[in-house]
Amino acid sequence: MSVPVSIQSVASAARHVPGSPAYKTVAVVGPPNAGKTTLFNRLTGLRQKVGNFPGVTVEHHTGTYRLENGTEVSLIDLPGVYSLNPKSEDEKVTIDVLNGEMPGAERPDAIILVLDANNLNRHLILAGRVISLGLPTLVLLNMADELHKQGGQVDVLPLARQLGTPVALVSAVTGEGLIAVQNFLVATPQAPEPLELPIFGDPRHCREWAVRVGTHAAYRRGVTPEWTRRLDSIFLHKFWGGAIFAVVIVAVFQTIFSLGQPASDLLQKFLDDMAVHLSNVLPAGIINSLVVNGVWKGAGSVLVFLPQILLLFLVIGILEDSGYLARAAVISDKVMAKVGLNGKSFIPLLSAYGCAVPAIMATRTIENKRDRIATILIAPFMTCSARLPVYTMVIAAFIPNRPVLGPVVGTRAVAMLSLYVLGFAMAVATAKALKSSVLRSKDVAFIMELPPYRWPMWKSLALRLMDRANAFIFRAGTVILGVSILLWALTYLPMHNGQPPAIADSAISHIGHFIEPAIRPLGFNWKIGVGLLSSFAAREVIIATMGTLHGVDPQSHAMALQQALKSDLTPAGAIALLVFFAFAMQCMSTMAVVRRETNSWKWPVIQFLYMTGVAYVAAFVAYRITLLYWN
Amino acid sequence: MVFNFMTQRATHPGNTLCDLAVGQTGILEDFNMPQSIAEHLMNLGFVPGLEVLVARSGPGGNPRVYRVDGTEVALRRDLSRCIAVRPLTAAEAEARSQ
Repeated sequence: MSVPVSIQSVASAARHVPGSPAYKTVAVVGPPNAGKTTLFNRLTGLRQKVGNFPGVTVEHHTGTYRLENGTEVSLIDLPGVYSLNPKSEDEKVTIDVLNGEMPGAERPDAIILVLDANNLNRHLILAGRVISLGLPTLVLLNMADELHKQGGQVDVLPLARQLGTPVALVSAVTGEGLIAVQNFLVATPQAPEPLELPIFGDPRHCREWAVRVGTHAAYRRGVTPEWTRRLDSIFLHKFWGGAIFAVVIVAVFQTIFSLGQPASDLLQKFLDDMAVHLSNVLPAGIINSLVVNGVWKGAGSVLVFLPQILLLFLVIGILEDSGYLARAAVISDKVMAKVGLNGKSFIPLLSAYGCAVPAIMATRTIENKRDRIATILIAPFMTCSARLPVYTMVIAAFIPNRPVLGPVVGTRAVAMLSLYVLGFAMAVATAKALKSSVLRSKDVAFIMELPPYRWPMWKSLALRLMDRANAFIFRAGTVILGVSILLWALTYLPMHNGQPPAIADSAISHIGHFIEPAIRPLGFNWKIGVGLLSSFAAREVIIATMGTLHGVDPQSHAMALQQALKSDLTPAGAIALLVFFAFAMQCMSTMAVVRRETNSWKWPVIQFLYMTGVAYVAAFVAYRITLLYWN
Repeated sequence: MVFNFMTQRATHPGNTLCDLAVGQTGILEDFNMPQSIAEHLMNLGFVPGLEVLVARSGPGGNPRVYRVDGTEVALRRDLSRCIAVRPLTAAEAEARSQ
């Protein structure tokens, strides 16, 4: 299928001399669900990075687009906006960046505006606003493939003439028509000269203008294919909708455990083999100890969970891009209403099973401020992927695997599931308490756009997974590595006659024993205490810590970590530890993002005290109860 | 922010989006809600004068899905009660059926 491109209008400006780019910085702007990010990914590929503008919570990507003549243009992917209304934070950021009023961001020289060709009557209104800013603009009517498949059409030339900007019909998914971007970027800059622009303010007039402009361009929208409607009559069905929802959620977690665990085991084996190899290659002594016990065992014990974390983000990404998550929000709305929230909180809460940090950023779609804060406050109770390694290790060490429901579901699976339920139940109870007291809001507007179902784009999914993997490896390489080395040093000091002390005389042992009285009621010894202290940086650090503590201890040096743990904890203590981790706020990244999103230290501090207080009390209760039945 | 608008009586009792049955179409007239919410709805295509169709009902009848300007949007009943609509005139209905 050929896609017409208004080469004439793009080329109407004189050809630019090769070698010097016409624009250095170009902003990519567009409404949500118009394929803006897909286009951005297609143009920049791996040459992109995430950033935050100073003082605002809006995340943006910047990337490099290489022209055929070898010059590079910097692209900024701005947040999806429906309009340019300074009252909304995302839209304010877009306006400020486009006007060059955003500190830390260069004013773009030009704009690439991405609209959904199937929704021009709405999206042309945004085009009117963007063009009126006066920057050279290229208007891309995206999803040309869908428009044609669905029997729609539009003539780009009359549209380009009326808007006073080059216009091209493109498909970011197939890459059709994207030559227009090249042509635009090498052309001589030209400010738009539209025939007429709408009078902003009155939506009725804006829309009339958009329809008039569209009519001049012989615009006809495609007909939404029947299968999308059919899918909705199943996914939003009175009975089947809920049943499918439940199956999807179970399938998400099943995938992570059944595929993620073997992958993690493989990686573990590889890292262990490497540790043995390293230990043999390096000369014995302090360097060997630092590299093998401090660095490798510390950071490596965390890295093995990468497969599970990536799988979780992959599955959530597929659900999101296919359009199902929007339906899931509608399905869950009724239940969320019972705890005083709405369906929009569902998506962040599901992401919180991956990581609370992106989940808390995802709460921006919740318009009601109180609902948003309540969602932020309960999100860290969801069992995030950083708890997973801790749970896996403690459960594997202390809970014998016996079949419960047939051969597939064993005691360990039940234990893991109960921890997920525990976190979820506490989130529900907390939401209910908050929404019926300090964060009560009488009426909440639930407005959820349902995008058409689409096949997820593997390339965009892969790029997002890379982002997550980088963030995780970065954390393993900085915070966790740092804590591991510090701990290793504390176990190595104070030296006596050039020899490291026995573990009981080391600095770390003194610190551990100092805090031991506070944690003894929970059934923890000083080593677990040190692990807990370090886990307040990030939950999974406790594994690295325990790895280091036992790695330097000659008694447990050769033991697998799970075996070694049994010398630290009784079964009751292990249960208490699991419960503590289910509730406690042990994540610096989460606290930082909560501060940024709520713009004050008040909420992260309240959240920390509340969650950790609940964790302490619950762990104590769990310890005493378990002691009665299992010792 | 605390809204009280949803508990107030609608300005056009009996003529709101909430009163339309699944499959019925009305013409959008007026929003009886804070400006910020009304603007958000208008960005999504809920512009006075346009047709809106009740496309389907979610599980339990709430929220419901509305089709307006080629887009589908889910709204709870409490909000749809604050959106005034008028029924299609005979001429409009006839134009639709052709």
